[in-house]
Amino acid sequence: MTTRISARFTDLAAQGRPGLVTFITAGDPDTETSLEILRRLPAAGADIIELGVPFTDPMADGPAIQAGGLRALAAGQTLAKTLEMVRAFREGDDATPIVLMGYFNPIYIYGVPRFITDAKAAGVDGLIIVDLPPEEDAELCLPALEAGLDFIRLATPTTDEKRLPTVLAHTAGFVYYVSITGITGSAAPDANAVGTAVARIKQHTALPVAVGFGVRTPAQAAAIAAGADAVVVGSALVEAVRKTLDQDGKATANTVVAVETLVQELAEAVRGVTRQAAE
Amino acid sequence: MTALNSYRTGPDEGGHFGIHGGRFVAETLMPLILQLEAAYKEAKADPAFQAQMASDLVHYVGRPSPLYYAERLTEHLGGAKVYLKREELNHTGSHKVNNVLGQILLARRMGKQRIIAETGAGQHGVATATLCARFGLDCVVYMGAVDVERQKPNVFRMEMLGAKVIPVKSGSSTLKDAMNEALRDWVTNVHDTFYCIGTVAGPHPYPSMVRDFQSIIGRETRAQLQEVEGRGPDSLIAAVGGGSNAIGLFHEFLDDPGVEIYGVEAAGHGIASGAHAASINGGRPGVLHGNRTYLLMDGDGQITEAHSISAGLDYPGIGPEHSWLHDIGRVKYIPCTDKEALEAFQLCSKLEGIIPALESAHAIAKVMDIAPTKPRDHIMVVNLSGRGDKDIFAVAEHLGGQI
Ligand SMILES: Cc1ncc(COP(=O)(O)O)c(C=O)c1O
Repeated sequence: MTTRISARFTDLAAQGRPGLVTFITAGDPDTETSLEILRRLPAAGADIIELGVPFTDPMADGPAIQAGGLRALAAGQTLAKTLEMVRAFREGDDATPIVLMGYFNPIYIYGVPRFITDAKAAGVDGLIIVDLPPEEDAELCLPALEAGLDFIRLATPTTDEKRLPTVLAHTAGFVYYVSITGITGSAAPDANAVGTAVARIKQHTALPVAVGFGVRTPAQAAAIAAGADAVVVGSALVEAVRKTLDQDGKATANTVVAVETLVQELAEAVRGVTRQAAE
Repeated sequence: MTALNSYRTGPDEGGHFGIHGGRFVAETLMPLILQLEAAYKEAKADPAFQAQMASDLVHYVGRPSPLYYAERLTEHLGGAKVYLKREELNHTGSHKVNNVLGQILLARRMGKQRIIAETGAGQHGVATATLCARFGLDCVVYMGAVDVERQKPNVFRMEMLGAKVIPVKSGSSTLKDAMNEALRDWVTNVHDTFYCIGTVAGPHPYPSMVRDFQSIIGRETRAQLQEVEGRGPDSLIAAVGGGSNAIGLFHEFLDDPGVEIYGVEAAGHGIASGAHAASINGGRPGVLHGNRTYLLMDGDGQITEAHSISAGLDYPGIGPEHSWLHDIGRVKYIPCTDKEALEAFQLCSKLEGIIPALESAHAIAKVMDIAPTKPRDHIMVVNLSGRGDKDIFAVAEHLGGQI
């Protein structure tokens, strides 16, 4: 079955370039502004969109994404509203893959079967659930895969050769390589080490590998993208939102534009990375 | 339905107690958790490890802790014969040290030099700082900024012992946020760091490992009661934050059919007020901090703030084994308000000459309710999990005075 995610990676391969994956927090700083940012991401150069589902206790996130989630929650964001944002986005874009990224509890409380049905119907393509390792596959991974939602797994520097097959077993869409042992928004990874790690993962899977955590600037994005199928930028975009807010934490005329501009700069850098087709 | 033939065999391979427990952690931590599980299994079976535990429990911690017949409290209440299991007499002043000793010996075995911990009341932080000093390990303790304020004496003790205390200002600035921050530290420093969790919560194997280290409370209780009364208890009662002192007392007796068991949850201003920390009485099952268990949350699955006068009970969750013991009905979980705990704090101090920790005062408050309804030959054991020195400032403030 061709999914939006596989179609996008096929397309990137044909273009002979890596992809840019952008992360924003759904509902940050409010649902309406966030939807407007979401709508502009593809034209600004995002190849795949990760939409963060806010959670009060994001144990793998650094201060930037923690704060973005709390802003969204304070403005009344819920999982239902996040799915509604995806549905609204799909009215104008049927090609750009959307991956929801977050923690299990909001989905568990929404109800797993109901969530899978509603996410599919809204036009969600994949899920990255930070606190669901392979050991907990029965909770959401297996039913999601069965329903045709890609379950994208995180591989990390601590995932050794022995464990890698377990991590890759029920992964679909792409593999997300977490480039550092740490939380989102930490120090930038070493591009050389990342290239080696990606090559190691590729020995075990035919899936594309995206690399993220700690990538902020266009130059870093280009350097990481050179050794991977795609690069993920998150905290820097969430920070771009924060920097434009007024004293009460409300969106200003600059909010959408600031994110859009940074995505354009990132995309330009990533698109400058070319490689021989059919490696 | 088939009846269980034992309540003491959990968890299963995956760390589940019924639907509760499990390993809901980021992939970065998963290999570490599997390593820890293997290392603990090995240590548990190693007579040398057990011998060192046993020796340090006697000579460093000061065990066994006395089982004391609270004569005046018993007379005052006019019912059950009340015994206090004196965990407050352990080195560092609470039961927390039993678990910390086990984990620190394990960390040493695993070659980890850096220890991190979360703390609420500061008792677990003090116990961790103490054993790190004793064994020459680096110690970092995460503590909610609100708790740093209300448990100042313990912050000073930790620093005195050489630990670095990091006030956590994210979220609600209490125990749950300290735990988030500790998990973030662990994800970042996986290679040299051992996370010493302070209660029977977190991802498998923590809930069962911490329970094993605390179970000495129940084992001693059985032997001590046998000696003075020639028989076992009729009821057990303990305060439940994450639930380590409670399971430590309960686990030994879960299969004793006649024994009534009560866990006391902090009800803050009352369950109906919404300002409480009673995960079972006022929450529902969800996933946080590596395990499924009863949690306080809103309709969207967002974790809500807990409230309790006692920093050690001020947590929106509970250990998964307790959630299961509640589901199957083996243990009764009952609420106790701030006000009731404050009354018990004073009563225990005046009648027995023992100033209890505010956490333990929650258990004593329910003894005050239940003991009078029991006959005089009913033997009730309450876990006096800690001493109240750390709480005198907070209590003074609530009683309208100041120190
Ligand atoms: C004296 C004392 N009792 C009880 C508790 C609650 O923890 P637990 O439920 O794990 O015993 C604490 C926690 O800080 C404590 O310090």
